Amino acid sequence: MPEATTDFLNHLVFGLYPYIAVMVMVLGSILRYDRDQYSWKAGSSQLLTSKGMRMGSNLFHIGIILLFFTHLVGLLTPESLYHYVITTEGKQIMAMIGGGVLGGICFIGLSMLLWRRMTDPRIRATSRFSDILLLWLLYIQLILGLISIYYSAQHMDGSSMVALGNWAQHIVTFRSGASDFIMHEPWVFKAHLFLGLTIFLIFPFTRLVHMLSVPVKYIFRSGYQIVRKRGRGY
Amino acid sequence: MKIRAQIGMVLNLDKCIGCHTCSVTCKNVWTSRAGVEYAWFNNVETKPGVGYPRDWENQNKWNGGWSRLEGGKLKPKMGGKFRILAKLFANPDLPEIDDYYEPFTFEYERLQKAPEVHTPPTARPHSAITGKVMEKLEWGPNWEEILGGEFSKRSQDYNFGQMEKEIYGEFENTFMMYLPRLCEHCLNPTCVAACPSGAIYKREEDGIVLIDQEKCRGWRMCVSGCPYKKIYFNWESGKSEKCTFCYPRIEAGDPTVCAETCVGRIRYLGVMLYDADRISEAASAEDVEDLYQAQCDIFLDPHDPEVIAQARKDGVPDSWLQAAKESPVYKMAMDWKVAFPLHPEYRTLPMVWYIPPLSPIQSAMEDGRLEKSGVIPNVQDLRIPVKYLANMLTGGKEAPVVHALERMLAMREFMRCKTVEGVTDTAILDRVGLDENTLDDMYRIMALANYEDRYVIPTNHREYAGKTPFDNEIAFEQRSSCGFSFGNGCGDGGQSRPNLFGTSTHKNTMSGKIQR
Repeated sequence: MPEATTDFLNHLVFGLYPYIAVMVMVLGSILRYDRDQYSWKAGSSQLLTSKGMRMGSNLFHIGIILLFFTHLVGLLTPESLYHYVITTEGKQIMAMIGGGVLGGICFIGLSMLLWRRMTDPRIRATSRFSDILLLWLLYIQLILGLISIYYSAQHMDGSSMVALGNWAQHIVTFRSGASDFIMHEPWVFKAHLFLGLTIFLIFPFTRLVHMLSVPVKYIFRSGYQIVRKRGRGY
Repeated sequence: MKIRAQIGMVLNLDKCIGCHTCSVTCKNVWTSRAGVEYAWFNNVETKPGVGYPRDWENQNKWNGGWSRLEGGKLKPKMGGKFRILAKLFANPDLPEIDDYYEPFTFEYERLQKAPEVHTPPTARPHSAITGKVMEKLEWGPNWEEILGGEFSKRSQDYNFGQMEKEIYGEFENTFMMYLPRLCEHCLNPTCVAACPSGAIYKREEDGIVLIDQEKCRGWRMCVSGCPYKKIYFNWESGKSEKCTFCYPRIEAGDPTVCAETCVGRIRYLGVMLYDADRISEAASAEDVEDLYQAQCDIFLDPHDPEVIAQARKDGVPDSWLQAAKESPVYKMAMDWKVAFPLHPEYRTLPMVWYIPPLSPIQSAMEDGRLEKSGVIPNVQDLRIPVKYLANMLTGGKEAPVVHALERMLAMREFMRCKTVEGVTDTAILDRVGLDENTLDDMYRIMALANYEDRYVIPTNHREYAGKTPFDNEIAFEQRSSCGFSFGNGCGDGGQSRPNLFGTSTHKNTMSGKIQR
């Protein structure tokens, strides 16, 4: 492929696509919440078969939530800041080990859930297209992430990690040239990024929206009971 | 003191014939939709039996209701807020659909379209969820109808607690009764407490407990929280649903569908006034045997001028105060003490109450081997053991149940003397502490049970919800707007029409057609 084309594609996928994906996620979520709240739910299928849920769902959720937040912190903390506590090399080792462990936990859980969704007749019959698609996308994404540990191990200086961090920090701060950081990274990182952005893109059209409804307010609810007085609004 | 009004229900089990009309009319109105075919907001169980869902009364298994902590505070039995949130990913206290039953339909088409065969064609059952043939139906709604199944299984019934139950497996000692069940619209509901989204609420004006279908996120904690297992998870919509106490009818002053269609005239609806400030006090009585009385203690006398004055101050409309005075529920629960809450030991302060059933005097009595104790038969000789009823209705305390049964027996005996022999035998009434006027009232409401005596339901007053005593804007703002619907208000979003945000996997599972 001519260099100009790869440049353009690289810019399209890692320079523009992130904004498109996040925009669709934000606007789509707002629209869904506003227009179709009846469809806004966790989509639990435990009632139909709880076999494998206790292990699978817990491992998957704990794994993926921790992975999400460690990615967030890892990608968005500027080098100058984390150098106060850890070196670049040290951070890469931590990321590889931490990511490996969490990825492993999530992998076991997700494998169980995927197996359940594909093979249990009740779950299969009540699965929407998006339920199945989403699980496979997450599965592939998780496997890509685990493969990337191998590629990271090829150079322990943390250069890939720094490049990815720079990319993310440039994107969220609207600085130009973000995609240039990615240009020469191994394919697995590029694929992992692209798929991650795609999951952002489809977010509002899947059951993923339930993560925006984490019932934090429940903890702060005074007492247990709720009484609604009839008036405007109800 | 904060006075609130609630529409309560009483079911006179003495008159229930177990015809299931209530269940069927309820289902036709509320749950004949995909995702809730298995759900019966109202169902009738034959007792003794493990019920629907299986073993629902066993809270050691399901962790429904409340538990009382050392200091007297209450906590949902399934755990405090953090413990409940920890169950979001996989809820260990959630029944599976098989605990209710896998919904099915029969392949009726085959009966008409089968080619010529040697044996008559049969209609095999197919799952409404998967469409697959179900080789053997293992369980269904009301599987234990009229003592169906083996005693060893039925006798797992939780109400046999602290009883020598083996003798009731013998033919001579067999007993049964019907128990129609619906949401209890509790004063201290655990479902509301367990809902992480805050989607379940109790309506201030009539006490009806509802789930906001828009706010529900399907975390399914309410299903576990409710000890009566009267919240159902809709597997199609992913949201929880429950008995609405037919609130659109109640608002208009009409009885619920189950009550309206009851052929045995066993159901009563009426207003109860209670002190909302004392709910937690009543629910946290130390001894479970005291819970029935503790709940009675927070009900207020609608004839007391002080109560009336305070109720007016707290916004209870006059028509409701008038209805409270004529409430059959108040009369049966408080004046005559013949109605009891279902399983008060769950500490939810349920508001659907039951009059225990009389049962034939045991055969020994008929043989003349037992004598009447005084003027009425001894309730300990009734076929249904008092302890069994007490375990169900008073947390195990027998005295109130005995008292109620004696009064019901006395009413029969007195009216029999009066109408058959033409004798007014007030000695019978003295024995159970009743006077003739009260007995006439009891007879009129409990035995004759005319429509207007059974249902004393004031219409709803939206206009009192505002800041002024009569808020015109609130009174008329919903005029000509849409009524009850699923999905987005009156629109056709959500389930009815597929859109970008989701579509349903099943169309009509109640059509009698096999899912393909």
